[in-house]
Amino acid sequence: MELLGNLALGFSTALLPVNLFYCFVGVLLGTLIGVLPGIGPTATIAMLLPITFAFSPATALIMLAGIYYGAQYGGSTTAILINLPGESSSAVTAIDGYQMARQGRAGPALATAAIASFFAGTVSTVILALFAPPLSRMALKFGAAEYFSLMVLGLVCSVALAHGSILKALAMIVLGLLLGLVGTDIYTGTPRFTMDLPELADGLSFVAVAVGVFGLAEILRNLENERDRAVAVKRVTGLMPTMADLRAAAAPILRGTMVGAILGILPGGGAILASFASYTVEKRLSRTPERFGKGAIEGVAAPEAANNAGAQTSFIPMLTLGIPANPVMALMIGALIIQGITPGPKVAIDQPALFWGVITSMWVGNLMLVLLNLPLVGIWVWMLSIPYYVLFPAIIAFSAIGVYSVNSNSFDLYTVAGFGFLGYVLVKLGSEPAPLLLGFVLGPLLEEHLRRAMIISHGNWLVFVQRPLSAALLFIAVLVLAVTLLPAVSRKREQVFVEED
Amino acid sequence: MKQINHRDLLLGAIFALIGAGFVIASRGLDLGTAQRMGPGLFPLLLASVLMLLGIAIAAQSFFTVEQPVGQVPWRGLVLILAAPVLFGITVRGLGLVGALALAVATSTFASRRAGLMLGGLLTVGLTIFCVLVFSYGLGLPIPLRGPWLWF
Repeated sequence: MELLGNLALGFSTALLPVNLFYCFVGVLLGTLIGVLPGIGPTATIAMLLPITFAFSPATALIMLAGIYYGAQYGGSTTAILINLPGESSSAVTAIDGYQMARQGRAGPALATAAIASFFAGTVSTVILALFAPPLSRMALKFGAAEYFSLMVLGLVCSVALAHGSILKALAMIVLGLLLGLVGTDIYTGTPRFTMDLPELADGLSFVAVAVGVFGLAEILRNLENERDRAVAVKRVTGLMPTMADLRAAAAPILRGTMVGAILGILPGGGAILASFASYTVEKRLSRTPERFGKGAIEGVAAPEAANNAGAQTSFIPMLTLGIPANPVMALMIGALIIQGITPGPKVAIDQPALFWGVITSMWVGNLMLVLLNLPLVGIWVWMLSIPYYVLFPAIIAFSAIGVYSVNSNSFDLYTVAGFGFLGYVLVKLGSEPAPLLLGFVLGPLLEEHLRRAMIISHGNWLVFVQRPLSAALLFIAVLVLAVTLLPAVSRKREQVFVEED
Repeated sequence: MKQINHRDLLLGAIFALIGAGFVIASRGLDLGTAQRMGPGLFPLLLASVLMLLGIAIAAQSFFTVEQPVGQVPWRGLVLILAAPVLFGITVRGLGLVGALALAVATSTFASRRAGLMLGGLLTVGLTIFCVLVFSYGLGLPIPLRGPWLWF
């Protein structure tokens, strides 16, 4: 019954008027940026992170979380109506969703997506509530060596699950780790890689790096080929799916939720991978795989359930271990640190109202999203007619204000431009930006735990394999890396993502 | 007939160069001992790994197929990157209103679609909107007017 008490505490936090309001603001903003292609949750959360300074920690996290899972809802709307996923996690939804829309079944497609997302959101809220506390308790026993090994495992997993070349993903992580080390060394006070700039003494601004790599670089990608968006379906009528639709969608929703929940927990996973994987699963399991790509309702239901489940369960490692599974969670950790809270297993014990408030707010937010999305679908369609040349100056304006308000430091804006350029070049040459940001956040943590473990063990390198838990984590990491490098598996990896291109 | 993937070759070279740069920059840092690692050990390790990964990516590029890089929006690149820099330079002197207007105006011209008229409208509209939301709505403590303005 501990669970019920915890949930009650959570609801009493999540249902506070101020939290309800910012939860609403979060999911509204999330839906908005989910609908609008060219701006994703990572850039949005990075821009708005500094503004949450003024809020209480729970309110800040509730709003930022709302943006993330709200974006999963919004992304599906554009994917279905104009075959243009607002979010990359909705890219697979576009395949069958748009076909449904062209067959005049846009309403049922949208409703199925919403029902699938809501069901997945509810289930993963429960999963989060069930699994987070025991994980937190286990993590409390972790020493420096275990943390180091855990982070190595996390980084290896994010390489294994990233799409594209493994070498490139590895290089991006290492570059991120290095950039994370810029600043004053915490043990000796020695300035490192600061080029004698006093602005770099505290390291590169995390918000600035995130806005540069995800915000600016994305704008530049979009400017490569500007074109008008054609809305194929102007009016959506007949929202309700038939009983036959619901029956066909039920099992895929269940399976999608499970696939998404599992992949969300893994580092590097999250919503994007979840939706791709569940689509592949459905196609494989279907008795009529040839219907996929031609408006199969399973192809909408499963990925939409999966991306929402994945978005929510990716909070588990962040809340319990203080380790981000994806760039958005890295930003959440940034938000906690700004609020003066050390992320890690202690959060659940020291800040139960925050911990449970955030978890229960996700269910509340999901409910708001269903109410928000289906009746207001007309408004979201209308939003799509906003041309991109109106949109990106707004992104620039918000980014500039957001980044500057962190430290009132002009240098952070030069960092934005620098990393916008670097991010664009690297993405243009075929790397993914997500591992870079993950490495950037984990760099200082990884080094700190490594050095601490070595001090405690009196310079014994074997400490990482002598402690059983640490050894197990490292063993899994080696296993994952070995499996990823197997030729058969690397071919499979390419197949999972083949739908995207 | 061999093909070289120039995209990967360039990417590998960039990683290798950045790695080399960090190796050189960490020369002056104390490596310490295994028990008490100095500030230089971990960075030197990472920088060397990055260099090797860069070389490996570059080497691989000789055995893969050329992939097109696609077009680069040069005008957008310059203007989009200039916008935050301009904001940073002027925000203290001009204040929020001036710096914001400058940044927005610069960025509107990054698109080939927006004309002078629309750019002007966007600049005014967005600046007013941001000041209302951020300064009055959320109460961000950035001065609206700076010392460079005489009026």
